[in-house]
Amino acid sequence: MKLELQGMTKRFGPVVANDNISLIVQPGEIHSLLGENGAGKSTLMNLLYGLYQPDEGRILLDDTEVKFSGPGDAMAAGIGMVHQHFMLVPVFSVAENVVLGNEPTNAIGALDLATARDRVRDISARFGFDIDPDALIEDLPVGIQQRVEIVKALARDAKILILDEPTAVLTPQETDELMEIMRQLAQEGTSIVFITHKLREVKAVADVVTVIRGGKVIDSVSPSTEVGELASLMVGREVDLSVDKVEATAGATVLEIRDLVVVDERQQRVIDGVSLDVRAGEVLCIAGVEGNGQTALAETLLGLRNVSEGTISLAGEDITHASVKEVLEAGVGYVPEDRKKDGLVADFTIEENFMLDGSFSKPFTKGLSIDFASRHAHSEDLIKRFDVRTPSGQTLVKKLSGGNQQKVVVARELSRELKFFVAAQPTRGVDVGSIEFIHESIIKTRDSGIPVVIISTELDEVFNLADRIAVMYRGKIVGIVPPTISREDMGQMMAGIMPEGVSA
Amino acid sequence: MSLLKEVFSTSATRAFLSIVMGFLVGAIFMMVSSEDVGKALESGGLMDAIQAALRTVADGYAALFRGSIFNTRADDLATALRPLTETLRLAGPLIAAGLGISLGFRVGLFNIGGNGQMIFGILWATWISTRMELPVILHMVVAVIVAILGAALWGALVGFLKAQTGAHEVILTIMLNYVAISLFTWFIRSPNLLQAEQAGGTPKAEAPAFTAQLPQLFPGTYSLHLGFIFALIAVAVYWWLMERSAIGYRFRMVGHNPHAARTAGISVERTYVWAMAASAAFVGVAGANQALGTQVGYTETVHAGIGFDGITVALLGGGNAVGILFAGLLFGAFKAGGPQMQVIGVSPEVLGIVQGAIVLFIAAPPLVRAIFRLPSLASTPALDRLRAKLQRKETTS
Repeated sequence: MKLELQGMTKRFGPVVANDNISLIVQPGEIHSLLGENGAGKSTLMNLLYGLYQPDEGRILLDDTEVKFSGPGDAMAAGIGMVHQHFMLVPVFSVAENVVLGNEPTNAIGALDLATARDRVRDISARFGFDIDPDALIEDLPVGIQQRVEIVKALARDAKILILDEPTAVLTPQETDELMEIMRQLAQEGTSIVFITHKLREVKAVADVVTVIRGGKVIDSVSPSTEVGELASLMVGREVDLSVDKVEATAGATVLEIRDLVVVDERQQRVIDGVSLDVRAGEVLCIAGVEGNGQTALAETLLGLRNVSEGTISLAGEDITHASVKEVLEAGVGYVPEDRKKDGLVADFTIEENFMLDGSFSKPFTKGLSIDFASRHAHSEDLIKRFDVRTPSGQTLVKKLSGGNQQKVVVARELSRELKFFVAAQPTRGVDVGSIEFIHESIIKTRDSGIPVVIISTELDEVFNLADRIAVMYRGKIVGIVPPTISREDMGQMMAGIMPEGVSA
Repeated sequence: MSLLKEVFSTSATRAFLSIVMGFLVGAIFMMVSSEDVGKALESGGLMDAIQAALRTVADGYAALFRGSIFNTRADDLATALRPLTETLRLAGPLIAAGLGISLGFRVGLFNIGGNGQMIFGILWATWISTRMELPVILHMVVAVIVAILGAALWGALVGFLKAQTGAHEVILTIMLNYVAISLFTWFIRSPNLLQAEQAGGTPKAEAPAFTAQLPQLFPGTYSLHLGFIFALIAVAVYWWLMERSAIGYRFRMVGHNPHAARTAGISVERTYVWAMAASAAFVGVAGANQALGTQVGYTETVHAGIGFDGITVALLGGGNAVGILFAGLLFGAFKAGGPQMQVIGVSPEVLGIVQGAIVLFIAAPPLVRAIFRLPSLASTPALDRLRAKLQRKETTS
């Protein structure tokens, strides 16, 4: 099916999220929408999917104008969407999820699960998916869950499939497999809109690339365009994606983790015998596919999880069983993976957010009271030093962009007296400008002699920052390698295999 | 112009309009429930009925005004002002309880155990006020403190159970209401515990000793007593605690985002215990008002449902100290004015309807916005600038 958007405009108050966007997706075409977070990609797709109503503009399917008042209309017209965060019911089976909202029923109106299973099997067979219709979603790895989402869309005869940042949760190998599926779908005539900010993937799979910036279409280009040019189109200026840094001068070991075992609520060993040394003045990156224990490791370091076995010591001091407050006071700076949930209070002002882990001491409090004058001065200083773009320190954090929110978190943590700094996914959902700034801050921290651990699933980031890379798989460290390792070998390690010829 | 538009988008504007709407709903009930209107419709037709209806509403609300603010029919000024002092007297406990419930809201806790907390405080305060002999003033002060501590303890128990077992505070507070009230009833039914001497078989506590009573502010003229001053002090303490203190900051942090609080080294569980204790302590001030602001004996109904009324006060007050003060005064006026309405033949239940309708409109911002075509703004830059300016003045001074 051919999709055409003409002059789509969507305003939120004074903000123009989409400004006169036009594009054409031909049948069987993989059309990549490239843009930074906040560029307006998701708004555009929500307009297309009927979640928002456009202020201006038209949607044409096979040259006929359509109007959607909700996702139901869009689905009926043949548009399917795979959201970045999966819309699946974890305790339902694959078949139940696939038919949810469109359930086949028998003569007396009861759910006809046999038909549902057949539908799943049919589609799976067509594309070579290996999906058991009776498996529960919660038991499936994310890569398979994503396929269930795709099957769900195809089961409703989607002729146009929207994939919103589909590779964020996948290993390099799973990403390759997804791309194979995309090509196959396109060959069968399905049009695919592929939303992403990863240049490598765009080049690998797209037929046409449309770059969106500030709510406008900047250009439609061929995927053979240079990576550097794509990046500057996306950001609007020349960007240097590499990080300038000198060779690390690693000093004494500051953080020592020995045979660490952490068990979660379901009695799974989320960390299974990890030993690590982190030295002053180095960046150790922990790479791996999401959900292999990296997050748990960061949380354990902070004291949020109970250690079952093993020890953690910081500068000779045992912090294995210390509380979060004690760990923070011992000089650990912590940037959590999910800033909105764990790093910030959205309804607090920037000033108040700078105070989150400082409400017991100077410069924030005086006796039992908040020291407003001193807090204000401290906050103004941090806003300037960390280049937080905001009208004032009284602005609510939820009104800031992702990049500025992250700068607030990083500023708060780096402004304390530190012995050790750990950041999980420090640049997730952050614009390129802020990524550059945050990476520089991390390297500056390293150069001041503080040991740094960065947990990241973005390989580009890992290769850019790391002095050493530890790869985690199923709660274990597969190996610790220098950043000169090849991407292919890295991919193998992330799948738990130590490639031959790589020294740990 | 944009500033005006922004002011219209605030919750304070909505609160005011909710009150207006509440009175309108009350007016409709007065009209349809009035016998005069029915009679006028039968005898004189529609115009007469409309006139009668408007007269009924005007009379009703005029009676409310006479009963709660200024009695225009009084002979002298002192008598004319009596309704106002009654409003203040009755508003005192509502304000205190509203502060307590509101504190809970801001920590993310729905405390509907105000009645139980009051009663548990009252239980021990009654012991002090009827079974102990202490010098004047000191007796009263000790009794008030005990009422507050007792309530705080009952609240802390909820926080403790929530923190330890994960039980929901709504269930805990409801159930502990029954426990506290039954416990108190048992105390005032047992002669060797707290039962009054002449009570016979019925549960009743003695009147507080004269030395333990909250002293009247205008002895002999009005029954307004020190309890209202305590409520005002509570407003000031609440303001400092929630807006100015580090503890209140942590309370709010946990209320907005417990995950972030935990990551920042705050013990969320311990905060729940402290917050429930603080919430109940304010409710305890209302308890002291009820138990010590009287010269006669009382039964377990001494709580007068103020623990529940506090919820409506808190909702109307919108979480801030001054808002709660005014909300408490409004509902105090309803309590004071009710009897006057009854005198002219309007059922005082109308006020319950007004009160309920106000909270209903408060709880449904889109409804009020739709009725009055108020703007809903994502941001209020002009108002923010004004606030920042005021804040700066405050910090520099």
